[in-house]
Amino acid sequence: MEVILQHLTKKFPGRSRKNPEEVTAVNDFSFTIPDGSLLGLLGPSGCGKSTTLHLISGLLAPTSGKIFFGGDDVTGLPPENRGIGLVFQNYALYPHLSVKQNIMFPLENLKGKDKLSRQAMLDKALEAARLVQIDSLMERRPGELSGGQQQRVAIARALVKRPRVLLLDEPLSNLDARLRLQTREEIRRIQQETGITTIFVTHDQEEAMSISDLIVVMKDGVVQQAGKPQAVYDDPANLFTAKFLGSPQINVFDGEVRDGRLLLGGDAVLDVPGVSHRSVYAGIRPEGFIPDPEGPLACGLRGVEVMGRDISVLASHSAAAAPTVRAIIGAKHMAGIQGTYVRFALQPRKVFLFDRDTGERVPFQAEAVE
Amino acid sequence: MMNQKQNKGWLYLLPAILFLGVFMVYPLFDVFVYSFEEGYNFASQTYLGTGLYNYSYILHDPYFLQAVKNTFILVVITVPLSTALALLISVGLNSIKALRDLLQTIYFLPYVTNTLAVGLVFMILFKKTAYSDGLVNLLISFFGGNPVDFIEGPYWAKMFVLCLYTVWVVLPFKILILTGALASIDQTYYNAAQVDGTSRLRTFTRITLPMISPMIFYLVITGFIGAFKVYSDAVALFGTDLNAAEMNTIVGYVYDMLYGDSGGYPSYASAAAVILFAIVLTITCANLLVSRKKVHY
Amino acid sequence: MKNNADYIRAEKQAKTRRTAVRTAAYILLTLWALVVLFPFYWMVLTSLKSYGSYNSEYIPRFFTLSPTLENYAEAFTAVPLGRYFLNTILFTVITTALMLAVIILAAFAFARLDFKGKNITFLLFLSLMMIPNELVVITNFVTITSWDMRNTFQGLILPSVTSVFYIYLLKENFEQIPDSLYYAAKVDGASDWRYLWRVMIPISKPAIITVTILKVIECWNSYVWPRLITDDPSYFLVSNGIQEIRENGFGRENVPAMMAAVVVISAPLVVLFLIFRKKIMAGVARGGTKG
Repeated sequence: MEVILQHLTKKFPGRSRKNPEEVTAVNDFSFTIPDGSLLGLLGPSGCGKSTTLHLISGLLAPTSGKIFFGGDDVTGLPPENRGIGLVFQNYALYPHLSVKQNIMFPLENLKGKDKLSRQAMLDKALEAARLVQIDSLMERRPGELSGGQQQRVAIARALVKRPRVLLLDEPLSNLDARLRLQTREEIRRIQQETGITTIFVTHDQEEAMSISDLIVVMKDGVVQQAGKPQAVYDDPANLFTAKFLGSPQINVFDGEVRDGRLLLGGDAVLDVPGVSHRSVYAGIRPEGFIPDPEGPLACGLRGVEVMGRDISVLASHSAAAAPTVRAIIGAKHMAGIQGTYVRFALQPRKVFLFDRDTGERVPFQAEAVE
Repeated sequence: MMNQKQNKGWLYLLPAILFLGVFMVYPLFDVFVYSFEEGYNFASQTYLGTGLYNYSYILHDPYFLQAVKNTFILVVITVPLSTALALLISVGLNSIKALRDLLQTIYFLPYVTNTLAVGLVFMILFKKTAYSDGLVNLLISFFGGNPVDFIEGPYWAKMFVLCLYTVWVVLPFKILILTGALASIDQTYYNAAQVDGTSRLRTFTRITLPMISPMIFYLVITGFIGAFKVYSDAVALFGTDLNAAEMNTIVGYVYDMLYGDSGGYPSYASAAAVILFAIVLTITCANLLVSRKKVHY
Repeated sequence: MKNNADYIRAEKQAKTRRTAVRTAAYILLTLWALVVLFPFYWMVLTSLKSYGSYNSEYIPRFFTLSPTLENYAEAFTAVPLGRYFLNTILFTVITTALMLAVIILAAFAFARLDFKGKNITFLLFLSLMMIPNELVVITNFVTITSWDMRNTFQGLILPSVTSVFYIYLLKENFEQIPDSLYYAAKVDGASDWRYLWRVMIPISKPAIITVTILKVIECWNSYVWPRLITDDPSYFLVSNGIQEIRENGFGRENVPAMMAAVVVISAPLVVLFLIFRKKIMAGVARGGTKG
């Protein structure tokens, strides 16, 4: 099912009499989610991503804008008539019901011609349980399950009605690190097996990048950028997206462009053809540094972290926004890194320029050096 | 050093142990002793023999049987009624936003008022005197009924007022507990139910009720215990001579035997208190057994 | 778009039903609020009517045009209401203060000190919580009588200066305070006694206030024990006083004066409640039952 969001806007009234200002949680969100894809809604807390999910679910009504599922306008429909499955952040499993009863709960609500026989309900519940591999736990209560198992039950309950769209609110945030890796693979598998259009919300960029077909990065209710994860990473639209995606984080410098060259702290470090004379922020991805004794960028060397395949060089530079500049280089370059200084050449595709005032990307014609 | 530390702990506990020992532990054993001492004389503190005579006496005492009957009627009527009413009001309170704080405050007022004092107001409202039929009776006449003296009139009229006043007195606590329980249910359960298209009624019976069932059972148990011990409510309405008013309760019987015009019989009082304790204990245990079966998680 | 038309109809129905349910809720809630408030209104109203006008109303009026305070004067002069009042304040203050001292010490011992037999003692304490007051009051009556303490404040106060339940509440609260604070105080050379007073009690102030409020309500309303232990009106508390007024009152059936006394007796707790509303309700929710 294709999901189309058109100029979706949600405003909340002021919290109190003292603070009556309206809060715009989601501002003019337009996007089309292709049928059968897995979309990651990504952003820091308070960016409006959960509100967006609740708008799509119907638990909240938009202030303006429309939502379509395929050809149907569902904007005015209550959640139960939209054909969605929703997995809550804390799972919202009914503690007094067994796993089986929890999964069957949505089916028991069906009325009229949709009403199912007891046997049909059991079959459907078991099918959903098998899909998430919890069919051996059907008689347990949620309190007797681990976090990962509870998560699976919640997904099974959301899937049992064969929803047109599956929504997951921070599905991994309540799990420990090891389970998180495992569960995100699991979500990917289930999504691919069922082919249901799935939207999930997360604040963890790695999580979103690793399993999504598409990601949407949000900040303060406004969509910053949308696209395939790799494309967004390689081609960030603004400083916020560049900083939000990628681990370790991108290194930001105060820079100057003169005569088509980028100057950091007075040294010309890279040719940036087509950019006029101006002040910029220069973002350099950690993997964009190439150790080169002749390189144009000279940094103070503060230390080296060995990570096996790669090493992480901790450097410093007077124009850098943060005290530490982090570069990731192949372990074979290890020998060259010593003393108090280190020099780098830069990979132009890993360097991004942003306007000093707006934070918008300033494009330049990048040509690979080597 | 070690020894000093040991003593310190006991030193801090000493006042509590002293008071509890004299006014709780010793009386606890003593009450059983009293209840078996026959013909105890208050003045000389002597007794004739030991046996079950005290129990046999009160079990044949029409006043005691009347008190037991009254207490059971009161319990059977007020406990379910007050719990159901409190649930209804709490659910109502939970479903509104405006006036909620104000209403909650109003509902709690009876908890902080003196039972004896407000009982007097109830008496005035329900009493029929030579000068006036009282407000409630005027309402009854207005709707075409015959006035009844609720305070000195027929048995069921008196029982009605007693039950009403008891419910009035115990409701604040129950409403407070139930509104708290309802408010503590995580909103996401309701969101989940809504997404699944659960009807209002089904949401209430399948989600809300089971989730607050531990609190309901807590209220039923404390409600039973409290209702079995009703006494001052009755005094407030009908005065201290409850036997004459046919409105005595078991606790009232205990105190009447102990002190007052018909008092001076601590042995009979003890036997009645032990019987009351046995009844309350039995019912509490039965409640706990049921709740273990019915209340989940 | 048939789907949508259906939906609009369904939504309309649901809206009507929601409004109906909400209206029903408001009606029920208002009704009960009236039931709760009416006795309060009636006692204030009646206390403001003069003796003559009250008795001449065969059909009681819901308001009065000539409010008078003469009943309040009567309540304080014809019966020793002031004395009852003073007695109750004295009784409440002393009982609560003594109880606080006793239970704070005990809770501290259970929560912070180590000594042999602590756990078993605590268990015994807990089991005492199940003992109803009615079971022990008989012997206490005999005890206080044999100590010649009837019609004395000692007799009134002594049996109610401990409460296992409050010890339990405070102990739970004391245990929330991290051990590291205790060890830090020890390193700084503070004695247990100083630690209790300078650290534990200040930190646990909310719990102590809760217990205090609950105990004050209990004291102000206590009736049974005072009735057993006093027959001299100069030791009566307000509850007994009101009963006395009811039975032998003003020499005649003076309802307005009686209501004036009721208002005076009820007012302190109602005012206290309106001031500390949040605290009292939270405290009762945590640990109160009536009776």
